[in-house]
Amino acid sequence: MPNFIDRRLNPKDRSLGNRQRFLKRVHEELKRTIRDQIKSDKIIDVDAAHGVPIPKRGADEPSFQHSRTSGERHHVLPGNETFSPGDRLKKPETGAGGGRAGPGRGENTDDFVFALSREEVLDLFFEDLELPDMVKLSLRETVSYKSHRVGFSTVGTPSNINVGRTMRNSFGRRMALRRPSEKEFQALADEIAALEREEQPSPQQRHRLLHLREELEVIERRRRRIAYVDPVDVRFNRFERQPLPNASAVMFCLMDVSASMGEREKDLAKRFFVLLHLFLKRRYERIDIVFIRHTDEAREVDEETFFFSKQSGGTVVSTALEEMLRVIEDRYPSNLWNIYAAQASDGDNANGDSERCAELLRGSLMRLCQYYAYVEIIDERESEIFGSTDNGTSLWRAYRTVDSAVPNFQMTRVARPADIYPVFRKLFARHQPVQLRR
Amino acid sequence: MARRPASTLLFDGSEWNFATLSRTYDAIEAIAIGEMGLDVYPNQIEIISSEQMLDAYSSVGMPLMYQHWSFGKRFVFESQLYQKGYRGLAYELVINSNPCITYLMEENTMPMQALVTAHAAFGHNHFFKNNYLFRQWTDAGAILGYMDFAKKYIAKCEERHGLNAVEEILDSAHALQDHGVFHYRRPPRLSSEKVTERARERLEYEEQTYSDLWRTLPTAGGSSGIEEVEREALERKKALNLPEENLLYFLEKHSLILEPWQREILRIVRVIAQYFYPQSQTKVMNEGCATFVHYSIINRLFDQGKLSEGAMLELLASHANVVFQPGFDNSRFYGLNPYALGFAMMQDIERICTMPTEEDRDWFPTIAGNGNSMGTLIDAWENHRDESFILQYLSPAVIRKFRLFRLADRAANKFCEVTSIHDERGYSAVRAALARNYDPVANRPDIQVVDVDLLGDRQLRLKHVIKNGILLEESNRDATLAHISRLWGYEVSLAGIDASTGKVLYECSSTGA
Repeated sequence: MPNFIDRRLNPKDRSLGNRQRFLKRVHEELKRTIRDQIKSDKIIDVDAAHGVPIPKRGADEPSFQHSRTSGERHHVLPGNETFSPGDRLKKPETGAGGGRAGPGRGENTDDFVFALSREEVLDLFFEDLELPDMVKLSLRETVSYKSHRVGFSTVGTPSNINVGRTMRNSFGRRMALRRPSEKEFQALADEIAALEREEQPSPQQRHRLLHLREELEVIERRRRRIAYVDPVDVRFNRFERQPLPNASAVMFCLMDVSASMGEREKDLAKRFFVLLHLFLKRRYERIDIVFIRHTDEAREVDEETFFFSKQSGGTVVSTALEEMLRVIEDRYPSNLWNIYAAQASDGDNANGDSERCAELLRGSLMRLCQYYAYVEIIDERESEIFGSTDNGTSLWRAYRTVDSAVPNFQMTRVARPADIYPVFRKLFARHQPVQLRR
Repeated sequence: MARRPASTLLFDGSEWNFATLSRTYDAIEAIAIGEMGLDVYPNQIEIISSEQMLDAYSSVGMPLMYQHWSFGKRFVFESQLYQKGYRGLAYELVINSNPCITYLMEENTMPMQALVTAHAAFGHNHFFKNNYLFRQWTDAGAILGYMDFAKKYIAKCEERHGLNAVEEILDSAHALQDHGVFHYRRPPRLSSEKVTERARERLEYEEQTYSDLWRTLPTAGGSSGIEEVEREALERKKALNLPEENLLYFLEKHSLILEPWQREILRIVRVIAQYFYPQSQTKVMNEGCATFVHYSIINRLFDQGKLSEGAMLELLASHANVVFQPGFDNSRFYGLNPYALGFAMMQDIERICTMPTEEDRDWFPTIAGNGNSMGTLIDAWENHRDESFILQYLSPAVIRKFRLFRLADRAANKFCEVTSIHDERGYSAVRAALARNYDPVANRPDIQVVDVDLLGDRQLRLKHVIKNGILLEESNRDATLAHISRLWGYEVSLAGIDASTGKVLYECSSTGA
C-alpha cells in the first residue's frame, strides 16, 4: 500500500513568482510593446488583457551550442521506403538533414505570444503617466455586483437548495405516480402483525395473511421504485449578479486634427482620453464615447477615423463645441446622462474664435457637463517658456477665463505623458474636502 | 463472448477514487514485484491538478526549486502551448528520489491512472533504483533534502544581497549548466545536511573574521626571487588539477572574484545539473523500460480478469499513441521517439530470448533462446545507458521494423548522402551510428579549462576540441563566454582546436566586466 497524497488543494501558483521575475526582466521591452499596442487599440480595449510577443532581448539563455552549419554529422532516421546506399538527397534550405530541433532551451520564440493580465497592462500603462498610488488603486478596482434572487433553477450548489419548492415537486410527483404512502404501508404492516400474533389462525385468516403479504411486497417494491425525493424534484434558488445601479455616462473626445497635430501630439491626446475613460469606467456601468474631430468644421466620427485619418484645413474650435451641443441635444439628455468631455488641441485657433469658445462653454456647455478637461499639447521646449504663465495661445487665454469662473473645468499644458495626470487631479480627489488646484 | 464475472474487476468506468487507486496499486504491485521481479523504492503517489503539472514542468519537474525568471519564461511558454491546445500535458511525472514520488493528474481516467501507476511507480522507479548510472551518480535519498536547502539558501541570499546580484550569478551559472557535470569521475556523494550546514557556518565565520591586513604581510624569503615564484605557480597549476572539463566546478573553486555565497550558488546549479546527467543519457532505456513494464502489467491484469474490455481498449489506444513512430518525411516527425525505440527493442529482446530465429542466434549468441527474458531485460536495464544498450541490443529485426537508414550530412555539401539502409551490409553501420548519436560526449561541445596564468594577466584559457569539424554557434558562444568572464573576473579566451589535425580553427575572448 503506497502513500497516497492529495495535492490538489495545495496552492497552484507556485510559478507566479517566477512569472513576475520574468516580466520584470523583460520590462522595458514589454513597455514598448504595450505602448505600441495602446496606440493602435481602441480606447475601451486598453482596460483588458493583452497578448504580447515574448520579447527576445533580455530573455535569452545562452549556452555553448553546436553550430548547425558546420562539420559532418550522421543522422539515423526511420521510415526508409525508397532509398538505397549512395542515394543523394537535396538539403532543405534551412537546417540540416531531416531532424528538426525539438523545443528546449534556446527555442525559437519569435512568433510566440503570451497574455498579460489587465492588471499587468495597466501597470505598464500607468508607469508613464506617473499616477499616484491611490489613484492607480482606485482605477484598477472593478465594479461591484450584487447577487439577487431570481426564480429557481434545476442546477446549483447544495447550499442553495430550495427545500420548500423541492418537497412540493416531490409531493406532486408522488401523488401522480401513486406512491404508496407511509400510512398505507404502516396499516398493512400492522394488520399483518396482528394476524401473525393469532395463535391459531383460521384458514381464512391464513389466506388473508398470505394475500396481505403479497400486497405488502407490491407496495414495498413500488415505494422502492418511486423515490421519495427524485433528482427531478430538486430545485435551487437562482441568483443573478446584477451590477449596482449606476447612471450612465457619455464621454466626448474632442480633438483638433489639423496638420499641426502630429504623431506625438495624437499619442499624448490618446493617453489623455484613455485615462479619462478608465476613470469613468470605474464609476459608471455604461459609458458611451463620442468622438468629434475638427479642423475648420467639426464632425462626429468613429474611433479609427478619429485617430488615424488626416484632414487638412484651418482650425475653428467652436465648431467642435457646437457639434457637441448638437449631439447632446440629440441623444444624451443631461438629466439621464453624466456628460464628461475631454478636449485636446495644440492651441491653434482662428482669429476671434477663442472668445466664442469660452462663451459657448460658460453659457451652455458647462451647465450640461459634469466635467470638462482641456489639454494643450505643446513642445517640450515650449513647456519651459510657458511653464505656468497665463500667456499663451489665444485659446489658452480664453479658457483661462472659463477656468476661473467654473469649478468643474480643468485645463493644463502637456509636453510629456507625466503631465497628463494633473488635469484629472480634481476628478480623483473628489472625496477630499479641500479642492486641489494646480 | 464469455462474460467475466464482474467481481474480479478492479474498477468499472472511468471515475477514480482513492479506494480504487489503492486496490489497483496493490494488484499492479503483486504482478510487478511478485511475477516480474522488479525492485523499487517505496512509492509515494500524489494527485495534482493540471495547473500544478504546469508548475512542475517549468521547474524542471522538481517539487522544490529556487526562483528564477527563466522558470517563469518556461512556464509562460508551456502554459501557452497547453492552452492553445498544441500540446497535451503528461499524464504523470516521476521523480528519482527515495521514496519515489509519482505525480498523477487528476484529469486522468481510472484506466489511465492504472497505466501510469504501472509506468511510473514501477517502470521508472525500478530503472531509477537499479540502473548503474543512477546508482553511481545520483543520491535518491538526499535530493529532496538538498533541493530544500538550495531553495532556502538562494532565498536567503536574495534577502541579503538583493535579487539582482543573485539573478546575475544564476544567469551565468545556468549558461554553464551543461558544463557543470563530471562526465568521467563520480561526484562526491551529497553530504548530509549537517555537514553542509557546518561547512556553511565555517564560511560565514571566515567572512566575519576576515581581515585584509594579513594579506599585506611580506613573504618570508623575500629576495629568493623569481624561481621561487615560478615554482609556486607550477605547483598552483598542478593544484588546480588542469585540464578541467567541469567549468562550473573550476569557477566555484578557483574564481578570483566570487564571494562564498556566490560559490555556493554555483555549487547548487552544478549539483542539480549533475543530478539530471544520467536522465539525459538513458532516455530510450528509461522510457522503454517503463513502457515495457506498463504494457506487460496491463496485459497481465486483463488476463487475470481485473480489467474490463472497455478499459483495456482505452489503454491499448493510449499505448499505441505513446509508441507511435512517424517516418522521417511525415509532418509529425520530431526525431526518433524514445518510447517507441526503447519499447520495440525490449520486446525484441523478449522475442530473442524465447523465440529466436537463425539470424538472432548469429547476432546474439549469448541470449538467443536462453528462455529467461525477464532476467535478460533486468540485467540490461541495470548495466547499460542508451549508447551501450543500442550498440549491444539493437537487432536487425528492429532496424527492419523501423526501416532505419543512415544519412551522412556534410555542411560543405548541398546534399545528404544515404550511406546505409536496413540491409545485410548496413545493420552494423546503422547500429553504430545510432548508438553514437545517443553518446552524450559526441553531442555536447567538449570545452575544457587548460591554463590559467595566475601571475600574469590572470587570463583563463579554454580549449574547445572540435570533432568532425562541428563549430560553435557564434552569438551563443560569445554570450556564454561573457558569462564565464563575469564569474572569473578577468579575461577569458577560447581556442577551437581540431581534434584530428590539432590546428587552431578559431580563437575568441571576452574581457571581464
